[in-house]
Amino acid sequence: MPLKTVIYCGVCSFPPEYCEFTGKIKRCRAWLHETHPELFQKLYGDLDVEEAAAKLAGSSIGEEREEKLEKDLRKLQAKQESREQRELAKKLSSKVVIKREARTKRKCMIAISGLEVFEIDMKKLAKTFASKFATGCSVSKNAEKKEEIVVQGDVAEEVEAYIHSLLEDKGLKDVKVEVVDAKKKKKPTTTPAPAA
Amino acid sequence: MFKKFTREDVHSRSNVKSSVQRTLKSKLVSQFPKLEEVIDELIPKKSQVELIKCEDKIQLYAVDGEVYFFQNFNELIPTLKFVHKFPEAFPTVQVDRGAIKFVLSGANIMCPGLTSPGANLPDAPGLEKEALVIVNAENKENALAIGRLLMSTEDIKSINKGHGVELIHYLGDCLWNFSVE
Repeated sequence: MPLKTVIYCGVCSFPPEYCEFTGKIKRCRAWLHETHPELFQKLYGDLDVEEAAAKLAGSSIGEEREEKLEKDLRKLQAKQESREQRELAKKLSSKVVIKREARTKRKCMIAISGLEVFEIDMKKLAKTFASKFATGCSVSKNAEKKEEIVVQGDVAEEVEAYIHSLLEDKGLKDVKVEVVDAKKKKKPTTTPAPAA
Repeated sequence: MFKKFTREDVHSRSNVKSSVQRTLKSKLVSQFPKLEEVIDELIPKKSQVELIKCEDKIQLYAVDGEVYFFQNFNELIPTLKFVHKFPEAFPTVQVDRGAIKFVLSGANIMCPGLTSPGANLPDAPGLEKEALVIVNAENKENALAIGRLLMSTEDIKSINKGHGVELIHYLGDCLWNFSVE
């Protein structure tokens, strides 16, 4: 007997036949239609969302219960949608702060905060920064008890560019990324004259 | 069991020796005899099996980065990813459509959901109490949960009241969303 390969929905990670129970069915349908048209045809045919649900039912649990189930599912879907919207709004309204802090003489470090909203794995990103810039990089808690990534070295611009591309990959183009210089300015043009 | 389970619950991870891998495979086959013909395909000799020890003495086994089965005490329990690949090997019960919603939120399965017209239980003599079953749903192809029988299937049919299956692992729980990397 051969092994089966099951396709998993790219949106909700379930096998597509269970998408209707996740409350994300609209996006799941779009995804399935795009990536696996033949399976889409099999599951939904040419029907729209509600008709398809009715067809899927195949009703063996009695009309009354079926109706209730459908109502519950619709409620779940509405809930899920509003939650997604809220999350998106939160993401769009928050911003990433890249802070440049001076250390001794010409040395400085970069602290990146505000990433946790975007579901980015901080530890992993720290690791990539460390190998990308060949510097020390770690995750630590800042004064507000929030996680931030600390990179040794003056790499604010590169970090900014990288985070922009990262957010774009997630489909969040308009998120603000702000670069802040903490305390004394040091490197923008030339090293300032030492204080007399 | 996996309603709450995060990366923090992982205590240690290690690769297992190939000899341990062999005993694991034979144990799996002895638990689910039908796996014998495909076990080498599911867990090739060359593959790297990783043992992930977690809180509450749960041990996960990952084959090439995918959690395939886990162990709480002595028994090996397959995960849904594993079950989906070869569902024939495991004893199955089927629930009706009305129950899916509750199963997907992690509820134990009540007897009426297993005996109604849309549901299906194995014929007599059926399965003993405490047996491991995979839970399928009406009109669906793939399994949606794995559980343990709280009473034998014959009892479920005759008593038809109360909890029938204790849910262990279901679609969308933390183990399902857990990625090794």
